Order: sequence, then structure tokens, then C-alpha cells
Amino acid sequence: MSLSRREFVKLCSAGVAGLGISQIYHPGILHAMTEGAKKAPVIWVQGQGCTGCSVSLLNAVHPRIKEILLDVISLEYHPTVMASEGEMALEHMYAIAEKFKGNFFLLVEGSIPTAKEGRYCIVGETLDAKGQHHEVSMMELIRDLAPKSLATVGIGTCSAYGGIPAAAGNVTGAKSLRDFFADEKIDKLLVNVPGCPPHPDWMVGTLVAAWSHVLNPTEHPLPDLDDDGRPMLFFGENLHETCPYLDQYDNSEFSETFTKPGCKAELGCKGPSTYADCAKRRWNNGINWCVENAVCIGCVEPDFPDGKSPFYVAE
Amino acid sequence: MSQAATPAADGKVKIAIDPLTRVEGHLKIEVEVKDGVVVDAKCSGGMFRGFEQILRGRDPRDSSQIVQRICGVCPTAHCTASVMAQDDAFGVKVTTNGRITRNLIFGANYLQSHILHFYHLAALDYVKGPDVSPFVPRYANADLLTDRIKDPAKAEATNTYGLNQYLKALEIRRICHEMVAMFGGRMPHVQGMVVGGATEIPTADKVAEYAARFKEVQKFVVEEYLPLVYTLGSVYTDLFETGIGWKNVIAFGVFPEDDDSKTFLLKPGVYIDGKDEAFDPQLIKEYVGHSFFDQSAPGGLHYTAGETNPNPDKAGAYSFVKSPRYKDKACEVGPLARMWVDNPELSPVGKKLLKDLYGIEAKNFRDLGDKAFSIMGRHVARAEETWVTAVAVEKWLKQVQPGAETYVASEIPDAAEGTGFTEAPRGALLHYLKIKDKKIDNYQVVSATLWNANPRDDMGQRGPIEESLIGVPVPDIKNPVNIGRLVRSYDP
Repeated sequence: MSLSRREFVKLCSAGVAGLGISQIYHPGILHAMTEGAKKAPVIWVQGQGCTGCSVSLLNAVHPRIKEILLDVISLEYHPTVMASEGEMALEHMYAIAEKFKGNFFLLVEGSIPTAKEGRYCIVGETLDAKGQHHEVSMMELIRDLAPKSLATVGIGTCSAYGGIPAAAGNVTGAKSLRDFFADEKIDKLLVNVPGCPPHPDWMVGTLVAAWSHVLNPTEHPLPDLDDDGRPMLFFGENLHETCPYLDQYDNSEFSETFTKPGCKAELGCKGPSTYADCAKRRWNNGINWCVENAVCIGCVEPDFPDGKSPFYVAE
Repeated sequence: MSQAATPAADGKVKIAIDPLTRVEGHLKIEVEVKDGVVVDAKCSGGMFRGFEQILRGRDPRDSSQIVQRICGVCPTAHCTASVMAQDDAFGVKVTTNGRITRNLIFGANYLQSHILHFYHLAALDYVKGPDVSPFVPRYANADLLTDRIKDPAKAEATNTYGLNQYLKALEIRRICHEMVAMFGGRMPHVQGMVVGGATEIPTADKVAEYAARFKEVQKFVVEEYLPLVYTLGSVYTDLFETGIGWKNVIAFGVFPEDDDSKTFLLKPGVYIDGKDEAFDPQLIKEYVGHSFFDQSAPGGLHYTAGETNPNPDKAGAYSFVKSPRYKDKACEVGPLARMWVDNPELSPVGKKLLKDLYGIEAKNFRDLGDKAFSIMGRHVARAEETWVTAVAVEKWLKQVQPGAETYVASEIPDAAEGTGFTEAPRGALLHYLKIKDKKIDNYQVVSATLWNANPRDDMGQRGPIEESLIGVPVPDIKNPVNIGRLVRSYDP
């Protein structure tokens, strides 16, 4: 059973707090994940990152969909979960990129260091034509794979905007995908799913949208993106405007310290300059979210962390 | 396939595995094999981000957020070390309820990290997945359960037992993250721990929600995780004899059990050259002789004088990991180190299975003897430590006081320094913070990966993983499965 556009948008809207997109047992979602992934598999590569995006993605696993993980032929390369290692793994990745040239999604976690010819991040090694060991840098990998992809997806703030590796003080020349694409003149559709880490629903939802588009482009046009390449479905609204503590803000009821009631604006909350649906969606199966617990540090924004720092001082 | 060249004149074959997958980060292992065993090894960390430079000049309170991005598997460990260093520098004493709330957040991350490690990082070296990505490609001669167990029906049944748990563990680790987020705000990368304590006072409802999830996790640990580890070990008995290494361990202590941090759930200590010693932070030095870093003067530096000047062009260097040493010795950190130092009583499941499956009468961890210092020994240590942590979480759930203050406000000092010693699930962790003009003047992180996965030091001593690779059997150079098994047993 395929998914209608309307149903999909409804499922993504975080209307039911605590129920993630991947956690709603909707046959249309499963259809998109299994059938879409057969047509357009995923190659997931990691640069300068912490694996937090991958770990966050694992939080999408629900009892009712975990079994399909065994049948879904989608994750052709993922350094943290794949059984393979070494040259066998890299060779498989390059083979898939050739076999599905123009038809795979390149998911990138972590930023791309460009100083010192990219040697601040080596992702593996291959044997060159002369039988010599050749170290493959993240820079070389993206230069090679991105043009062959159907679309490249920046997973997490590091690959989307540079994030912490690109913060002031860094010496590695860490770059976001969009800056790297501009420098290298790579002309490829780029979608950003920022967040440090991104919510699992944002990742799964974006992938389902992408696969739905592959299966039925008429029914599922590409999702609308904002000026920073983020799907409006998840990043279209201001966090502060949708915050449950907005009334307290309007009434100037400000929290004096973390454990006192009130709006957290004076403790440094960056909600007013942040665009994401965390207030409605909440985190970890709806258990909690940053502002209920402490403050928002604006981790989905292009100017994170420098523009949001100091985190505990009011904007 | 790993790169297996033809043997050189001396009969040695070089194998490089890059990327060494199913670890956090970028790791390359290069070994030399002669007559079917590893005779030399090099462990290379292939990524540098420069957290220590990025932190300089910032508001010291930002550090507990920024450092979590060092590792998305154990962000709460870096957060814990950072807030402890800040508590120390700011001169703030955390309330009893603040300490226990921090323990509940970090304890849940321990459960998550160990379960994720064993099932989702390590298990595919033993358990055969279905023939789809990401379970294929795999080594042709992978020595999996289905290869090892001769009776086909039993082989299939044991493998299915493991594979079903791999799937269930995905769900269990997600539940652990819900426990972290209950008081931590969200996970990965918690908001809930800051200098002065924890940001959210547990309510009776949230304690009950945490406890309900915990029960499910605890059941899994006792009924599935522990039995599977001991079952696996009974099939791969040779892997209890493989990977001894230096047999020097160090632990900083973790989970404070009193408000002055005098006692810990797992105590600090050092075991070097067969002797137990008290841990003295003054005896730590970091070397960069074979690391891609320049230094103002040669020799090892104490972390309070630590420098971070990367230079990928440095001759003779082969890793972005520095080489920490204690009394100039390479020391292993992690569950094995903690369990060896603390030597707690084994779980009832462990004691029973050691007797039933191995004929070993063991009461405490050290009764395992040299078997502990092995590939399987490290997995047993991790599983037993998960049980110790679960018992402690149950206790903290009784100690936590709904409604009682968890946070103490404090001011950024003009100038101060502080150190946070803790244990990430993967091993000893310290953060050193120096504040000048209310800003970070220097920040040094000595993480578990540095302790375990380091390259040779200035004296030429191999790092712990390198040393424990020596003697590892590689009967089939095209399928060097034991290399990854050894490395992953550390959770590097």
C-alpha cells in the first residue's frame, strides 16, 4: 500500500505527541522504506563527527518495525553498523555507487576537513593501480560520491552547516557540504537535516519523503526546503513561537535558575532564534525535551555553536 | 577484504584494515603476521577535530555541551567529566539529590552503551546476520557461530538465539536512552547536567516512569545479555586465551556514592606489573612521539601542562591519538580495568554459568585470573559491569528524593582550575579546565580512546591495543577475523 501525500504530511506533523514517524505502524511508511530503498539505496558516510546522528537514528527503532530491518535492503554502507570492514567495505561501497549511479542517496554525517589536503579525516584505504596503499580522505570521498548520487543529504549540523568541528578556533578547515559543494563546483541536490543530533523522525521522515518521491514523483513532489536547505515539514516553525512556555514569556514569568518554574529565556534559551518542531515533537519517544529540562542551545541552526554561544546567557 | 600482500623475504605478511568498522570514530589497524600469528601491530586514529582549541576563549559553562560532541555513544561521560571539572573550578558542592540524579542519567547511559557495544558493534563478529546489507558483505571464512558449531541444528539455533537478541537489543538500548532523557532532557547529548548539579528535579511520576523502563532493561541483562556472553565464550574458548596485552590497568573511579566524592560504585585504582596501587593523578603523562602533534619540548607532559598542536606532516607519526602513560607504562582502561581494580562479586548468572559451562568456581571477578585479559574476558567484564550498574541503578532509584533540590547556583570564577575524573563506559576519562578572565584558557581531555588505542610512545612502547594484538592468531590472512574481534573487545 502506497502513501498519499496528505497522509505523509499528517504523519510528519507531530500531531500525536510521542509517536514518531517510524513508530507509527503505517503500511505506507513500510512500503516507502522497503520498495523505495530497493530502487535507491543508502550510502551513509562519516567525516568529522561523533556518531551521535547514527545513534539518534537508532532511537527510531520500534518493536513493530525492527523485524523489517532484516529485509530492508537499504543501508549498503554504514561504518558503525555494517558487518564488513577494511577494503572489502570500501570496494562494496564503490561498487554500489557505480551500480546505482544517479540512483542512490548519499547520507553524510560529520563535516569535511579541507586543510592539509583533507588529512584530518581519513575514512579508509584502497590499493591504487600500482598496488600501493592509498589513504582516502573524507574530502576525496565526497568529491567522488556526491556527483554520482541522486541527492546528497547532510545529516546533522556538522555536515549541514559545519557545526562544532567548524567552530571558531578550529584548525582543520572543517566545511559543511554546501560550502564544500560551492568550492568544488559540485552541482547536486542537497537536503539538510540538521540538529546536534537530528531527531530520528526528521531523518526517517526525510528519507521516507525521498523514497516516496522516487516511487511516485507525481504524488510526492520533493519536500519544500527553506533557505538553509531544511525540509519545512520539520524546520518550518519558530521554536519559541510554538513553545508551551510562551505564555510565561509573554507575562514575563522568567525562571531564575534551572530548577525554578518559568520561561527559560533569561537562562540563555535560544528558542527565539531557532527553527525546529521540538516543542511539539519532543524527544526520545516523547519523554522530554531540552526546554522542559533546561534550555535550547539552537543546535539545528547554521550559526551553531558560535552564534548561540555562550549557551547560558540570554540572547 | 583486508589488504594481504604476498609474504616478504622474512616471511612476514602485512595486513591493513581501514576502516576498522563498528567502532566510534575512524580507526585503522595494521599488523604483521608471521607463521599465522600477529608479530607487530600499529593502531592509527584517523581523525582530528580539535576540541581543545575550539574550547579556548569560551564561557567555561559551554564546555559541558561542546565536549559531549566528542562522542555520540557516550556523551554523558564527557558531560560528567566536564561538569565535575567545573564543579571543582567554580568551588560548588552538588546536593545529594543532584548527585543521585546525575548518577541516574549517567547510569542509564552505561546500560545503553554496553548493550549497544556488545550487540551492535561486536556481535556480528560471531553471529551471522541475514544475507542483506548491512550484514553483507562479510568475510568468506568468518568463523561465525554457524561455522564453529558442528551440529547444524544446534548451530542454527544458537545463531538465531544471538540474532534475535541483536534485534531485541535495538529496542532495549532505545529504552535506555529514554531513561537518560527522563532527567537528561534528550539523548544523545543531554541538557540536564550542568555545573552545580542537574537541571531537572525528579518528580515521583518521572521516577516511576524511569523505574518501569529500568525493570525491562534489567530483565534483559539478567535473562539475555549475560547468558549470551557466557554461551558465546563457551563456543569460542580459544578467545579466552587471546589478547592479554600489557596486563596493566588503570581506573579513575565512577559514580560517586557520597557528596564529597570519597567513595564510588567502582573504585579508582591501578594494577601495574602484578601489583595493586592507589591512583595518583600526578603520575599521568601524555606523549606524542608517534602522534601527529608538535610539542614545545620533548618528553611526556602532565595534562595541566598539556599542548595540542596538530601536524599531519610530522615524520614518524601515524596517529591523531596521543599516548597517555601512567608511571610511563601503557595501561588498559575500560570495563576490564574497572572490574579488575574493584573486583566485585560476580552476578548469580555469571557464577552459575561459569560453573556449568566452564567448570570454574568463581566468586569475584579476579577469580577469572588471566582469562579476564582476553577478547572474551573483556566481553565478560562488560556484561558483569552492566549487571553491577543495574544493581546500583535500583539502589539510586530508592535514594532519589522527588522534589528535592538538584541544582546549586554559582558564579564563574575570574581564574581557577579544575579536574573531573570519571569513567566513560569505554574507560577512564579526565577533563582538565583552566579559567582565566572568566574564559576557558586551557582545556585538556584524556579520553578512554587515548588510553587504549594509542600509538607507540617516545620510548617505543606499544599502546594497549597494539600490545594485545601481538600473538593473536590469523590462520587465514584473507579473513583476519580475530583482529577486529580483539580491537572491538576494547570498545575503542
